[in-house]
Amino acid sequence: MRTLSALTAAPTRSGGSAPTARRPRRWGALTGALVVVVLATAPLFLAPFATTTLTRILVFALFAVSLDLLVGVTGLPSLGHAGYFGAGAYAAGWVSLNVTAEMPVPLLAGAAVGALAAALTGWITVRSRGVFFLMLTLAIGETLQQVAETWQSVTGGANGLTGIPSTRIAGQPLTNAGFVHWYVLVFFLAGFGLVWMVARSRFGAALRGIRDNEPRMRALGYPTALYKYATFVLAGGVAGIAGALLVAQQRLVTPADLGFTTAAFALLAVIIGGAGSLWGACVGAALVIVIRDALGPSLGGHGTLVLGIVFVVVVYGLPRGVAGLRRLRRNGTDR
Amino acid sequence: MSAVLEAGLVSVLNGFAIGFLLFILAIGLSLVFGMMDVLNLAHGALFLGGAYLGTAFVGARPSWGAFLAALAVAAVAGLAAGGALSLMTEPLRKRSHLDQALLTLGVALVVAELLTIVFGDDPLTIAAPPGLNGSIGILGITYPAYRLALIGVGAVLALVVYLVVDRTRVGALIRATVADREMVATLGVDNRLVKAAVFAVGSLLATTAGVLGGPVYGARPGLDAAVLILALVVVVIGGLGSARGALVGALIIGQVDTLGRALLPDLASFILFGALALVLVLRPQGLFGGAHGTVPAR
Repeated sequence: MRTLSALTAAPTRSGGSAPTARRPRRWGALTGALVVVVLATAPLFLAPFATTTLTRILVFALFAVSLDLLVGVTGLPSLGHAGYFGAGAYAAGWVSLNVTAEMPVPLLAGAAVGALAAALTGWITVRSRGVFFLMLTLAIGETLQQVAETWQSVTGGANGLTGIPSTRIAGQPLTNAGFVHWYVLVFFLAGFGLVWMVARSRFGAALRGIRDNEPRMRALGYPTALYKYATFVLAGGVAGIAGALLVAQQRLVTPADLGFTTAAFALLAVIIGGAGSLWGACVGAALVIVIRDALGPSLGGHGTLVLGIVFVVVVYGLPRGVAGLRRLRRNGTDR
Repeated sequence: MSAVLEAGLVSVLNGFAIGFLLFILAIGLSLVFGMMDVLNLAHGALFLGGAYLGTAFVGARPSWGAFLAALAVAAVAGLAAGGALSLMTEPLRKRSHLDQALLTLGVALVVAELLTIVFGDDPLTIAAPPGLNGSIGILGITYPAYRLALIGVGAVLALVVYLVVDRTRVGALIRATVADREMVATLGVDNRLVKAAVFAVGSLLATTAGVLGGPVYGARPGLDAAVLILALVVVVIGGLGSARGALVGALIIGQVDTLGRALLPDLASFILFGALALVLVLRPQGLFGGAHGTVPAR
């Protein structure tokens, strides 16, 4: 996952890079626009169940993209990111139940609580990196899950929060699967855009520098710990937004939503897609949700088994994920 | 007042029972991690596998034969699983440590799901062997006999492992590999074999701990992750690759966890995290960590 850096980092600073690098990007923009059009029109010709699956993919994709900002861009492999996703989901659900489900409130609550949880725990995780970071975030994610299970009065304990009212826009509840899909799509695009802009900014270039050689970045005068901390909090906030969208879609939160398996699946999505590639993370998320939710029932509810096997296969065979495949091909034709 | 004392004594004993169990679990994780930088995220799944083996053999009809058979089968299964895991990570030797950790994560998911398929979703319990299933009086309180036995067995096992690692030639080889594996390789030792052996024995200890812990923890989906976290916290607090660190860390976490659960049940998980954070801030390499600490300061 380290080898991506030179290729992705180069065009960010110098606007007019080599023409060979430009052509695929224009194609990328076209493909992106096409995907957005398909996603936006999907509810018009898809059955409600398929639409709901697509919505779930978008929610999980935003979650995976926020994780990719940590894993792929900054080189911080987190196994506790579901904690912030779940924290945002619980916050949005609690606010919808107890205060109001009127539109920006649950979303803002999710983002704020996700970022806050990341801010409270991040100061200790960003002191480490690599496998150690993985270990610490795993411990934190598990801690957050236990909080969700034991803090009965707020989180509903092991049963989670149930009967969460639909999100309302200007007093109108979003009950139709299509409307929910469009609502989720809008904020998926906003969240994706935010992460994409951060990853392409000078700040993002510095993050890639930290990923590839932190001591050097520190020697160049970058406050690397601060950069990592800021990224961690930002990723937590975006994960919180994804959590709020999850609540808007399934109107239920359980401790499983911030558990080990959810965190592992998000990491799997990022790895399948190829760490550092934001669209790759979305492809990975789609695969995870399709296997878990759509094919899961026909596999006797054991989608996890298939995903575990996929995980093993990807680690062996596709170290740079789906995005790595494309890069491999492009390098082959360009040279 | 005496009620408080009794509650305190029960909590301390519970802490020791869990602490020794945690040591047995964590020592394998710590040595493999300290030696080869392979973070075995399937360690918790191995523990759960042992626990389920216990339910399969013992179930509700406890007998010493069944219990010992479960221990033996779990030990053999653990050896085999550890050897297999060591083989599986071998092709990734040249890749990053993260890839190896991710591989074991995938294995952990597969094993946990297979266990759910075979044994179902419901929490299962294991009865303690006859003679240990009651309570006995000790120091003026009544305490479950099995937990007391667990403290004894755990202490003996911990002592044996500790002596092997710290006082024998084999242990010296292991510690040398932890300290500098290239140097050990230049001395003509194939450190892949050392790794495979430690992996296998560490996994054996994990599955055995699963059977031993069965009458206390039972077996249920999700236990693997919970146990893995505890073991990781122990390893981080104690310091990588240090048997003494794992022992002290396990006993500390055993006490902190049970005391936390007894006094502040709502905040117990925070207390565990707090202990971890405290150690990492004050002593990033862990209490007994060597030069290459948990939080690389390089």
